[in-house]
This record gives sequence, structure tokens and C-alpha cells, in this order.
Amino acid sequence: MSTARAALARPTSPATGPLTVPSALQLVGNTPLVELRRVCDGVAPGVRIFGKLEGFNPGGSVKDRPALKMVEDGLARGALVPGKTILDSTSGNTGIALAMVGAALGYPVELVMPGNVSAERKKVVAAFGAKVIYSDPLEGSDGAIRLCRRILAEAPERYFKPDQYNNPANSLAHYETTGPEIWRQTEGRITHFVAAIGTGGTIMGTGRYLKAQNPDVQVIAAEPDDAFHGLEGLKHMATSIVPGIFHEEQLDRKIGVATDAAYDMVYRLGREEGLLLGQSSGAALLAALEVARGLSAGTFVVIFPDFGDRYLSTKMWLGWASFGGGRT
Amino acid sequence: MVQVKIPTPLRKYTGGAGGVEADGGTVAALVDDLDRRYPGLKERICDESGQVRRFVNIFVNGEDIRFLKHLETALKAGDELSIVPAIAGGR
Repeated sequence: MSTARAALARPTSPATGPLTVPSALQLVGNTPLVELRRVCDGVAPGVRIFGKLEGFNPGGSVKDRPALKMVEDGLARGALVPGKTILDSTSGNTGIALAMVGAALGYPVELVMPGNVSAERKKVVAAFGAKVIYSDPLEGSDGAIRLCRRILAEAPERYFKPDQYNNPANSLAHYETTGPEIWRQTEGRITHFVAAIGTGGTIMGTGRYLKAQNPDVQVIAAEPDDAFHGLEGLKHMATSIVPGIFHEEQLDRKIGVATDAAYDMVYRLGREEGLLLGQSSGAALLAALEVARGLSAGTFVVIFPDFGDRYLSTKMWLGWASFGGGRT
Repeated sequence: MVQVKIPTPLRKYTGGAGGVEADGGTVAALVDDLDRRYPGLKERICDESGQVRRFVNIFVNGEDIRFLKHLETALKAGDELSIVPAIAGGR
């Protein structure tokens, strides 16, 4: 490894922060970057690719950032007051994050989730004491959004709805934290920022911050290549209810990723990099590699939204044995 | 005839219908019949080797065919088959 390479790799880590914090909420953010090597075949030596490991957040995903920001914003505006319940629709990680934040602050949480989210997610949310209402699996996350709207309409005075799809505090969380962290961690050398899109909050807020520092930074979104896909947490925008905070015109590129290819990349990340990640990480990395292979130099940062232990019961691992996973 | 429940993202193949009918003595035969009636459906459900894609769950009367006989699971008139993606989009 060259000296120049070593100089750039100066990640922050939870271990370098304060020795004690007053609550779990102070552990949100400041996640490390890890450089990827073996899975980057076909990429020129001058191109470096880093994954930002959002699984290090206390709720286990990138969603801790917007969940905390939206709740803080609700408290500041007086929209969330004692006696109210936090309510939202979510297919998983935002639910876990809201349940964690609600538990830490002492507010009850109710979540509407499609019935087909992974068993681990259901159990984690329950462990934080949140109540879960299941919507029709056939209707996906849009079904959960619609059911949540009906519940809110019946008793609006009971609830505070963060509304992650339309709340500017979602992308603002990333503008204020994820963006500055990446800029600092790469010492301003980032050339490409890549994230998969669920609500669009991560790519919008982080992208806006990075472009404000350097307008040449390319902001690239990964999305499922078809409406019928297996990338939990991600949206195929052309066939979905488009979130109000998502502004496609602010992206430089959007790349479609096949579910099977993303699953296979997750297998490789585990075996070749020692990183067990969720499928949205595999999808985002594939999009990054597609761009990176056409370049001779560059510094990529790819958002890895969560770790893979949350998906061990899912069908993602059905192909593991035929991929060679059973070998010792 | 078997009653087939179609998830929202696949309804572009069925003219928007959430429930359709198809024929077949096994799940494999039914998927072929579905593809004859609604061309393009099979490719979304099965991969190039003919196996059910990893992220697709097929339930017969509420039972996952992976715990039955996979694509060779027998069907009879009046059964209900559901095609459910293993995920949900948007976090």
C-alpha cells in the first residue's frame, strides 16, 4: 500500500469518540469508512472505493439519523408532546430506528409494516417496545403508507407522524451529518457518492452537502431494475409513490440493479472482504462498480445502510450453497 | 381452475387484475399456463434455470411451496395460489 493511500484512509470509528455518552441517541452517526479491495475487480488502481458502514449506528442502520432528526424536529416544533404516540409506515429500518429513539426518549411508538418484512425486523421492533400493525404483503410498502394514512385520519390528535417520505428533516439529517462526515473522512477528495434509494433522504441530503463543497462530486443513485424485486428497503421509482423529498433532477445518474446480482455481491462482500451486509449495500456497490470501471482515477464513497445479520432468515441466502458458500 | 393472487408490481401483466384464474396440476404447470395467458409473467417469477427466483415466495393455500414440493407441488381445482415478493420497498 502506498503512503498516499494510507494517508487518505483515516476513518473515524466509534472507538475514537468520547468514552461515555449520556444515552444511545448520542451514538448516532460518526460511522467508519472501510476501503474495499477484492470485490473491486476491473477497477483501475487509481480508483478507490470506500463503504460507509451505517450498521454501526445504535439502531443498526442509516435510518437512525433521519429518525432522530425528525423526532427532534417534532419536539422543537411542539408537534410531538407528552401523551402523543409516534406513528409511521416503514418496511423495517426506519421502524427500528423510531422504536429505538422512542424508547430512549420515553415516547410510545406504533408502526405500520407490510406483513412480509423479515422476521428479525419484527422481533427487533418488538424488543424496543413498539406496537406493530401489519398491512397486506401483496401491496408492499405503498400498502403500508395507505393504511398508516387511514389510522392517522381516524385519530389525528393521538399521533405524531414523522412521515419520512415527505419530511424535509429526513434529508436534512444527512445534510448535517452524513455529508460532513464523508467530506472530512475523505479529506475533501471524494469524487463520486453512491447510495441506493428508499425514501431518497440519504442521497438527497448527502448529495446536496457534497455538491455544495465541490460541485464536481457526482451523485449516483442505485435502484431496483424492475418493480418486482427483492431488494428490501429500496424503491423502483417509476412504479412507486414517489417520496416528496426525492428530487430526481438533483442526481447525476440513476442505475438499475438486478436483485440476483445484488444478492451475489452480498455473498462476495462477506467472503472476500469480511463484511456481512444487507442487500441494499450490494445494490449500491454494483452501481458504484459500473461507474468506477470506466475511470482511471477517483474516490468513491458508497453507503452501506446496514449489516446482514438482520436478513439471515430471508430468502437472500437461498442461493448461498450454489454460489459456493458451503465450501470450507 | 386455481385462483391466483397477483402482487401489485406484477399487475401490469394482468391488465391490473389482483386476482386471476389459471390451470395446472402442479405449480410448474400453472406458472406455464399463467405465462400463456399473461406473457412475461414466468420470467419475473422464475430464473433462467427455471427455478423460482430467490426473492419470490409462492404460497398454496397459505403454505410456502419451499416447505411442500417446490414447483412440483400438486394443485387441484379451488386451490388458492399467492405470489408474494419477499420484500417491501421504501424503508
